[in-house]
Amino acid sequence: MSFWSRHKIFETNSIILVIGVLFVISIGGLVEIVPLFYLKSTIEKAEGVRPYTPLELAGRNIYVREGCYNCHSQMIRPLRDEVERYGHYSLAAESIYDRPFQWGSKRTGPDLARVGNKYSDEWHRDHLNDPRAVVPGSIMPSYPWLEKTELDMSSVAEDMKIQAMLGVPYTEEMLKLAESDVRIQANADDPNAVDLAKRYPNAQSRTFDGNPQKITEADALIAYLQMLGTQVDFKLYDNKANVR
Amino acid sequence: MAHTATTSKGMTFGEAGSALAFGALAFLSIIIAAKAYTPEYAFHAYLFAAASVASVFVIVNRYYERPAALPPLTINGKPNYNMGPVKFATIASVIWGIAGFTIGLLIALQLAFPSLNFDTSWLSFGRMRPLHTSAVIFAFGGNVLIASSFYVVQRTCRARLVGDISPWFVVLGYNFFIVIAGTGYLLGITQGKEYAEPEWYADLFLTIVWVTYFLVFLGTVMRRKESHIYVANWFYLAFILTIAVLHLGNNATVPVSIFSPKSYIVWSGVQDALVQWWYGHNAVGFFLTAGFLAIMYYFIPKRAERPVYSYRLSIIHFWSLIFMYIWAGPHHLHYTALPDWAQTLGMVFSVMLWMPSWGGMINGLMTLSGAWDKLRTDPVLRLMVVSVAFYGMATFEGPLMSVKAVNSLSHYTDWTIGHVHAGALGWVAYISFGAVYCLVPWLWNKKELYSMKAVSWHFWISTLGIVLYISSMWVAGILQGLMWRAYTNLGFLEYSFIETVEAMHPFYIIRALGGALFVAGSLIMAWNVWKTITSAEAAEEEALPAQPVLVAAE
Repeated sequence: MSFWSRHKIFETNSIILVIGVLFVISIGGLVEIVPLFYLKSTIEKAEGVRPYTPLELAGRNIYVREGCYNCHSQMIRPLRDEVERYGHYSLAAESIYDRPFQWGSKRTGPDLARVGNKYSDEWHRDHLNDPRAVVPGSIMPSYPWLEKTELDMSSVAEDMKIQAMLGVPYTEEMLKLAESDVRIQANADDPNAVDLAKRYPNAQSRTFDGNPQKITEADALIAYLQMLGTQVDFKLYDNKANVR
Repeated sequence: MAHTATTSKGMTFGEAGSALAFGALAFLSIIIAAKAYTPEYAFHAYLFAAASVASVFVIVNRYYERPAALPPLTINGKPNYNMGPVKFATIASVIWGIAGFTIGLLIALQLAFPSLNFDTSWLSFGRMRPLHTSAVIFAFGGNVLIASSFYVVQRTCRARLVGDISPWFVVLGYNFFIVIAGTGYLLGITQGKEYAEPEWYADLFLTIVWVTYFLVFLGTVMRRKESHIYVANWFYLAFILTIAVLHLGNNATVPVSIFSPKSYIVWSGVQDALVQWWYGHNAVGFFLTAGFLAIMYYFIPKRAERPVYSYRLSIIHFWSLIFMYIWAGPHHLHYTALPDWAQTLGMVFSVMLWMPSWGGMINGLMTLSGAWDKLRTDPVLRLMVVSVAFYGMATFEGPLMSVKAVNSLSHYTDWTIGHVHAGALGWVAYISFGAVYCLVPWLWNKKELYSMKAVSWHFWISTLGIVLYISSMWVAGILQGLMWRAYTNLGFLEYSFIETVEAMHPFYIIRALGGALFVAGSLIMAWNVWKTITSAEAAEEEALPAQPVLVAAE
């Protein structure tokens, strides 16, 4: 009896009820989330993981804009069939520059965490234009506007600046050259591609959408897709390094 | 406060202040529109400007039209309830419900017949799916929650809503946020975080609306004439507070510029993933559960004319529910790069969560003891009781799916979609329909709904729809999960991915059929609500008992 009557304090005093609720709902979140900013396994760096090039970042923003995450995950689980189907399981380190993360929650289509370099640029272009042209049973929408729409790169440097502010290691030089780096990467045989690859190791430069006349949204998106999951060289990766 | 006992008419602080604030917002919006980076963002800025100018106009006009004194708090000793905003939100929920269900039907059909994406950006699945989820959760569900909470808090506290303009600002502002969010998705403005897609400026505006909502609700609770705060209000309060915390945590972004719709989140990668599902799962736990449990705790006892089954059970399950839900988020990230211990914690708490969830279900169902016969005669009560049964089913299925071994099969498949809809259609929508069917005659002073038979039709048609929906998704999801992991006897993966997609086709059609039935049911409801308001028989004055049927404390 006395125990239950003690609850009266919450029922008769709204501010105490508010404080009680706030206290109770804070605990779980704090216990689970805060350590993630300190643990070795969640803040580890992996050899090869670098920030997105300006073109890849623009492509990623198109990926987000079109809601690709609604049907495609970017998170390979360490399960036998997934590793065989998609490749090495995903590392936390591989998405440290992902704002927002795009791990997804549904595979209406296949996982894309390691789709990079698995298909040709031409395949991606045809597939985005009309998925059923290359995969007859596909239920993916067509995205014909991507290769017709010129890429808006006017704010890419500003985008990178905000990310740098949040901790992505973009240098002053990278910010300054952002717009020209887009052009270099989307151009076949650009003489400056070597410099670009110095700033962004292993950046692939070419005309991704097959149309050298203009830089389109398809260029950006394909550049992004072609780098997905290719940064870490798993022949060299030591998966015991972060085991306590 | 300018308002005093004198007869001289003056603008209240609220009127003058909000008119000025909206004027400033209009000005700011026009500047932003002029310098916006993208035409889509300029469109939104113009919408903000137009809405702000309209608000100033309405506030000033309202001031000139109104009598010198503000509406009294009581008339002849009875509370003078403010039901205008409740009526608006009730109607809005019916309209948004139909819109949200219909978009759901469209995207279900798109998965069966991809040509229905029409090769246009606006209508493509990736943009329509967030439109569907936001329309049903935030537009339909949100309006039901706002309408019912403003109704319940006034009734159970026997006090008029706090504020003159602020309750209207909550209702209209919330619906304006929905318009900004929804049109944004179609135009490709999104944060790319599930159930938190609206961009920074919409989030900022929602924060202001939500804080106002909290203050109006809390202020009304503080104004109560009853010594105890009724149990439904604990749940409403926990819902409003926690959603505020979650919203701020998961939308901590830095805009690229005030002239750009784009922002980047301060969390990245694995941290962002856990913050997202801490938010995402508790949007389920507090928006779709705590808020709707509050509805259960008022409308079921009221309709059944029975007291709540157990006061002690409501205390235990309230605190344990809100404590445990917060921990459950990591079950969305099983076997991912999230550390194992966090996954395990998420799983353990999800399984434990079964108990408080069923505590709520038992409290709701057993409230009918002594009144079970009403299920035969009252289809509105039937809707609500079946909703609690679905709640029990979904909150059993959830813990099951959060077990890692089960999750390794079910995750990423349509089983998850089926589970969500068992909760969303069976629990959330049904308890909402029940609340709407109760509220409409009460608010418009009608004796009863226009047609009880139509409620029965609504119930049976949509129940059939739900059964088709969830059973097809169970089969689809489990089949898909098994096909992904099937091996030939030579040790190769048996199916290519596209074969598993093709296998889904018949189930996607059955699901769409279920969805179509659910839409049909909601149209019947809209018709019934419309007829009730326009032509049902009026009730005698004050048909409602001013006192809630329930006693909070022994």
